[in-house]
Amino acid sequence: MIRIALRMLLGDKLKYAGLVAGLAFATLLITQQGSIFAGFVLRTGAWIRDTGQADLWIMDEQVEFTEDRKTMLDSSLLRVRGVEGVEWAVPMYKAYMPCRLADGRRVIARVIGLDDATLLGAPPIMESGTLAALRQDRGILVDFGDAQDELAVSVARGSSERRPLAIGDRVDLNDHEMVVVGRYQRTAEFFWDPLIYTTYSRALAIAPPERRMLNFVLARVKPGYDHEAVATQISSLTGLQAYTAEGFEERSMDFILRKTGILANFGITIALGFVIGVLISGQLLYNFILDNQRSFAAMKAMGASNFLLLRMVAAQVMFAACVGFGIGVGLTALSGRVLAGSELAFNMAWQVPVFGGVAIVICCLFAALLSISRVLRLEPAVVFKG
Amino acid sequence: MTNIVAGALAVNCRGLTKQYGQGDNAVQALRGIDLQVRTGEMTYLVGPSGCGKTTLISVIAGTLDRSGGSCEVFGEDVASWGERKRAAWRGRNVGFVFQALNLVPTLTAAENVAVPLMILGEGHDKAVRRAEQMLERVDLGARTRSLPAQLSGGQQQRVAIARALVHDPRLVVCDEPTSALDHDTGQRVMELLRVVAASDERALIVVTHDARIFSLADRIAHMDDGRVERIESTPTSRQP
Repeated sequence: MIRIALRMLLGDKLKYAGLVAGLAFATLLITQQGSIFAGFVLRTGAWIRDTGQADLWIMDEQVEFTEDRKTMLDSSLLRVRGVEGVEWAVPMYKAYMPCRLADGRRVIARVIGLDDATLLGAPPIMESGTLAALRQDRGILVDFGDAQDELAVSVARGSSERRPLAIGDRVDLNDHEMVVVGRYQRTAEFFWDPLIYTTYSRALAIAPPERRMLNFVLARVKPGYDHEAVATQISSLTGLQAYTAEGFEERSMDFILRKTGILANFGITIALGFVIGVLISGQLLYNFILDNQRSFAAMKAMGASNFLLLRMVAAQVMFAACVGFGIGVGLTALSGRVLAGSELAFNMAWQVPVFGGVAIVICCLFAALLSISRVLRLEPAVVFKG
Repeated sequence: MTNIVAGALAVNCRGLTKQYGQGDNAVQALRGIDLQVRTGEMTYLVGPSGCGKTTLISVIAGTLDRSGGSCEVFGEDVASWGERKRAAWRGRNVGFVFQALNLVPTLTAAENVAVPLMILGEGHDKAVRRAEQMLERVDLGARTRSLPAQLSGGQQQRVAIARALVHDPRLVVCDEPTSALDHDTGQRVMELLRVVAASDERALIVVTHDARIFSLADRIAHMDDGRVERIESTPTSRQP
C-alpha cells in the first residue's frame, strides 16, 4: 500500500510540485541561513586558526574574546615558560591603533606584535614579500584584502581613484611612520578592521605607553603531554587563563554570540523558514488529504486500518520531505558555490543539512498531524453518501 | 468460522434501528428492520430517497454502528467488535460497489482493483496480476493500465465491480450501481454483476431505486420511512 500511497501522491502532479516546492523553499531558507550563521560563527575564530603554530593561548583571566585587550605583567611569559610540559612560549601584542595613509585618510587598525626572535604567531600565507622582511627597520605586513580595500590609497593627491597598498608604501601607525614590507593572506574574519603585523618590540615602541603591555602568550606543548592538562597546569600555577586553540575559539564564539544577538537574529530567520515550511506543506498536505478523503474513506470501508492509512500518509509526507529537502539543500549548496568569492559568510558544515533535515522532517510530521487527524476521524460509511 | 452452504443465512437483521443525532435533532433512519439475506441470492433494497436503504447496507457491511436490535452477518455480530477487528473482517468478507465508485483517479484500473488485495497484505505486483485477471472477467482486459478518467462510465462501473470481487468476498454490497449510467449500460452492468458475482457462497445486496433493473433481482425488499414494507420474490429467484 505504500507504493499505492506514493502513486496517489505523484499522480496529482500540480499539487505534488507545489508541496515539494514549498518544502524545498523552507529547506533553502533553513539551510542557507544556517550556513551563513555557521559561516559567521566560523569567522569568529579565523584569527586563532590562522595563528596555527600555538597549541595554547594564555591571557589575563578577564579576557573574553580575541579582541578583548586586558594586559598581563611581562613576567607572565617567564612563568608560563616555567610550567612543565611547555616546549616554548612567546609574547604577542594586540591593540587597536590609529592608522594614517599616505593620502591622509585615517582608519583604525589592529596591530599585532610578534616575538622578535621567532616571529611565531605570524599569518600562514604570504602574498608578496617574506615574513623575515618584518625584521627590516619599521617593517609591517598588511593583509592583501585590506590593501585592496580599507588600506587602498589614492593614486594622486585629490584623486578619488585608489590603488592597493603595496610593498614600499608608508603608513603612520599611531603617528609613527612604518613601511609595508610584505602582504599576507588571512582567512575572512568576523571583525573587519585591518590587521597589521609587526614585531613585538616595535609594537611596544609605537603603542601608547601603559603599565602593562603584554596581552597574549602563545605556547607549544612538548610532545607526549596532554594539551588540556598543560593548560590547566598553567592556569593553576599562574592565575592566568590558558586555552587550547579550540577552547579559545569556542570562548570567543560564545562571547560574540551572546553579545551581538546574531544567534537570535538568525534563529528568527530559521524559525521563519520552519513556520513557512509548516504552513505551506501543511496547507498543501491538508488539501491533498481533503482531495483524497473519499479514496481514504473507501479504503477504510474496504478494510484498511487506521494504522495502514497512517503509514500511507506518513510515506507520502516523508517522500515529499525527502525530495523537497534534497532540492532545497542542493540549491543551498549551489548558492554557496555561486557566492564563494563574495564577502558573504557561508559554511555548509555537515551539521547544517543534518539540522535542516531534522527541521524539515519535524515540519512535515507537524503538517501531517494536522491532516492525518482528518483521515483518522473519517467514518468509513461516508463513502455511501453520494 | 461459520460454514457456508448454498442458501445459508448470510444476513439476519432483527428489529434493527439506527438513529442519527440526539434530542430535538434526532433522526430515526431505521425503525425496526427485519431482514434476512441468504447466500446465492441477489437482494435489492428499493425505495424512495431517504428511506434508509444506504443506512441499512452501511450497518450490514459493518461501516456504521446500529442503535438497537440485532444484525448478524454470517453468524457474527460485527457491530459488537472494535473498529480494528471490524475493519479486518470487512477486508476479508465484504466487497463494495459505491454509488460514487470511489476509484482513485491517479491509479490505473488494475491498481484500483488490486487495492482490496493489498489491504489484505498481498504484494503490489502479485495483487496487480490478480487484478488484471479479474478485469479480464469483466471484459476490461485491454484497459488494465487505463486511468479512471480514460474510461467510460460503464467501464468505470465494471472496474468497481472487479474491485468488489477480486478478493472473493462472501458479501457484496452495491449502492446505486446504475444511477450514473444510461439504461442499456446499467442493464449490462447488472447482468455482468449477476454473472460474475453470483455464487452459492456469496450474498449480494444491491441498493437501487432504478426500476428498470428490478427484473434481475432474486428478491426485492421495499423500504419506506426506515422500515421494510414488503419483500417480494421475482421470477428469477433462486431461493431454496
